[in-house]
Amino acid sequence: MTVDSLDPDDVDAADILGSAIERREDPALLTGNAEYTDDIQIDGMLHMAVVRSQYGHAKLEGVDTSEAEAMDGVHGVYTYEDLVSDETPGGGSFALPTAWLLDSLKQVEHPVLASDKVRHQGDGIAVVVAEDRYTARDAAGAVDVEYERLDAVVHPSEAFSDDAEQLHDDAEDNVAFDWEIGDAEKTADAFADASHTASIDLDNQLLIANAMEPRAAVADYNPGTDELDVAMTTQNPHVHRLLMAGVLGHPEHKLSVRAPDVGGGFGSKIHHYADEALVAWCSMMHEGPIKWTATRSETYLTDAPGRGHETKAEIAMDDDGNIVGLRVDTMANLGAYLSTFAPAVPTYLYGTLLSGQYDIPAIYGHVKGAFTNVPPVDAYRGAGRPEASFLVERLVHLGAKEMGMDPVEFRKQNFVPDDAFPYETQVAVVYDSGEYTKPMDEALEMLDYENFREEQERARDEGKYLGVGFSCYIEACGLAPSELAGQLGAQAGLWESSLVRMHPSGTVTAYCGTSGHGQGHGTTYAQIVANELGVPYDSVEVVEGDTDEIPQGMGTYGSRSAAVGGSSLVKSAQKVVEKGKEIAAHQLEADPEDIEFENGEYSVAGAPDRSMSMADVAGAAYLAHDIPDEMEPGLEATSFYDPDNFVFPFGTHAAIVEVDPDSGEIEIERYVAVDDVGNQINPKIVEGQIHGGIAQGVGQALYEGAEYDDNATLMTGSMQDYAVPKAEHVPEMETGATVTPSPHNPLGVKGVGEAGTIAAPQAIVNAVADALEPFGVDHIDMPMDAESVWSAVQANATADGGAEPGSDDADHGGER
Amino acid sequence: MTEHDITLTVNGAEHDLTVEARTLLVHALRDELGYTGTNVGCESSLCGACTVRMDGEAVKSCTTLAVQADGAEIRTVEDLGTRHDFHPIQEGFQEEHGLQCGYCTPGMMMTALDILEENPDPTREEIREGLEGNLCRCTGYQNIVNAVQNAAEQMQPAAVADGGETDDDGPTPATDGGEKQ
Repeated sequence: MTVDSLDPDDVDAADILGSAIERREDPALLTGNAEYTDDIQIDGMLHMAVVRSQYGHAKLEGVDTSEAEAMDGVHGVYTYEDLVSDETPGGGSFALPTAWLLDSLKQVEHPVLASDKVRHQGDGIAVVVAEDRYTARDAAGAVDVEYERLDAVVHPSEAFSDDAEQLHDDAEDNVAFDWEIGDAEKTADAFADASHTASIDLDNQLLIANAMEPRAAVADYNPGTDELDVAMTTQNPHVHRLLMAGVLGHPEHKLSVRAPDVGGGFGSKIHHYADEALVAWCSMMHEGPIKWTATRSETYLTDAPGRGHETKAEIAMDDDGNIVGLRVDTMANLGAYLSTFAPAVPTYLYGTLLSGQYDIPAIYGHVKGAFTNVPPVDAYRGAGRPEASFLVERLVHLGAKEMGMDPVEFRKQNFVPDDAFPYETQVAVVYDSGEYTKPMDEALEMLDYENFREEQERARDEGKYLGVGFSCYIEACGLAPSELAGQLGAQAGLWESSLVRMHPSGTVTAYCGTSGHGQGHGTTYAQIVANELGVPYDSVEVVEGDTDEIPQGMGTYGSRSAAVGGSSLVKSAQKVVEKGKEIAAHQLEADPEDIEFENGEYSVAGAPDRSMSMADVAGAAYLAHDIPDEMEPGLEATSFYDPDNFVFPFGTHAAIVEVDPDSGEIEIERYVAVDDVGNQINPKIVEGQIHGGIAQGVGQALYEGAEYDDNATLMTGSMQDYAVPKAEHVPEMETGATVTPSPHNPLGVKGVGEAGTIAAPQAIVNAVADALEPFGVDHIDMPMDAESVWSAVQANATADGGAEPGSDDADHGGER
Repeated sequence: MTEHDITLTVNGAEHDLTVEARTLLVHALRDELGYTGTNVGCESSLCGACTVRMDGEAVKSCTTLAVQADGAEIRTVEDLGTRHDFHPIQEGFQEEHGLQCGYCTPGMMMTALDILEENPDPTREEIREGLEGNLCRCTGYQNIVNAVQNAAEQMQPAAVADGGETDDDGPTPATDGGEKQ
């Protein structure tokens, strides 16, 4: 079902919340009037380029900057010694902090420029400041670095091997942390008593976010005021300001961070990287504006990749096909250092989702984090939750097969029942609400599942291999409350802040501490605020992404903006309405308790002709000629909203594929997605988020993967080699929705930004496994390129006595 | 580095400028002339964010040298419609939610115009093939394909004139793609 968009002028004010109105962001983006960071031009602006390591792992023997310094147009070349010198600005740590701690975490030093050792190719060694971007890059190429090369490690299993090269002196055996969740003993007992088990051994590959806009920053230091302004590609300006203040040793109140238009993030613009701090430092050093924009090659070398798990896991069932236990052992790649939120991703964002949509009485997860010579790994769209959902849904697929049950029947039998919510899992979270059979049933209807199974049989008879794969995913978003996050290791609160300001003329500016970068917050937040205040949608302006304008904020990630930021806006608007009620009561000479507020009108109960509009009340609040005694003039309110719990969107995605066992090629015939993201503020934007998420999940399943050679040299360092899906690679997506409101927030929303990416990979892998069931293929690691599919078919055909492609034996059985 | 005096006609305005031999067209447009609507995504022709039209053809301005464009007519996103008077392709992208972060969009629209000039009534498959040189990481492409189809419908002259019916000769291909000149 395609959602048709509406012109906001055609929508009644009372219906604005929930309407699929066109985005107000679009005209600027469609006419070339957007302002991305690299668009910023300031008179006298210099350009910075970074000298990066040639090798994945090496000692620095010497850095000679003299030739670069002597070049025309070069204003300065700096190394780590210059940063920490008493003669230069700033007195910070010049090391990047980690904002999530675990008991066993080894916090290793992460200098913004390498001082003695480089641990991945993206490590900066020096920076050049020059008159233009070309000269800056020329000069960066002229810096002479002498290296003593060291052996490198790429995968966690290599990092943990006995003879592995150590990355950090204070992280023995390259272990970053050792963490567990659930009950090991109870789970061991469950497995001991189980009648059936199935297991899997899988790699969840490293992915690179590939936001279309490379990271960039423009810093402008004013020596007269000591104010440092940084415009940068950020998903969370306030977080970046706080962290950067410490890195540079420049006070938070003299530092402003602004997100201009940001060209996608997908997590990669959450983290505090070295580069943005270096631009800011260079701006202080040169007392003027400086720009740095990453080349695409630099984004491949420096943007935090995501995923990177090596996992062994198993599922246990009783005789009746009830899941009785789940056990997971994961080695997680952390890369060369600890990125901003890295420790949370393979632990609390992963282990807590291991129950999936299922009522599993015993779960145990063990995760060991590894330092390796790839760039620091952190959140990428989904962050931990895709890894969990992939694992659970692959195990459920295999569990059904082990039981000889239809995968749909097996799932439905094991779903958390509707009457069990709020449902406490064995892995430390409480699901807010859910009706898991609803999206599954809708997906089955859209698929015409029964008929498909018959068609699959017929096709197999004709030597054509179709498969269907399901993904009944769950995600957790709007990570909260702050107190719980703190107990889990967060070094930050996870509230969101907003300010709703009525202007004297009755129009509104709404400020929110989230920071959109393509999600359409300007539109959805205006829908929320217009609805709460009963003012026209066009009367509401939304401001995000600027520490100078917005009081405080935590940013946009983890599908939190609607659930936490949107809810904060509701709270602020409600405070405005309450203050307005007292003003209206005063002016209408009534008791505030007798004032009713509806559709932007205050009226006296029982006397509807005695009324005032919200605009009139705002005018009165600022005139302040006749407001209640003791009341301050003005009409605005701020709130800090700290949710009671996470929200848990869910749904069923299903893919139908055709696999050619002779060539290994996979064709996605159909892709069906039924998502329950709670109430929808703007269904068109929801649909867009689902589409984009699925495309990235399809990318992981079939095309994408960051690959490094044994020296930790990136082999997929361009868009030629890293296969970002093109228009031809993404199937037509059929979307449906169910609505189970979250009881935890005033909007009843659950979050949608990551759902598609979390759901899609396992739907496709399960479909391929189903298609290749006659060949005995249970699992193929992603990305499932033609070679890996062909090899899996061949290996099973010869080793396991499975059918050979094209043989008569390959035509029996389906997964029923 | 040798410098060259060149003339670029951008969106109808003639500009004389001096560039290094290595200056990329996209940097001349953005940094020298201020046409920042065209974005740089990969500097290697692969993502298409920088697509502009040069003498009527879609080109990747990140791998075209400014000197190669000497004397050429360049058309960028700034020359499509305004927010109050959208070009059909802009209208299509807005109505179909064919953009999220917007970074790929200017290049995507310039390529889409190329597709529609060559084939005023493309199938979805033809649109997907035509967009193979333009990457989008946000939308999953489905709404971009819808947007291009939407624009194609708007740009069919017969559709505008008589509600979709065509004369015996079939729809007349719009020689200029319906663009404002």
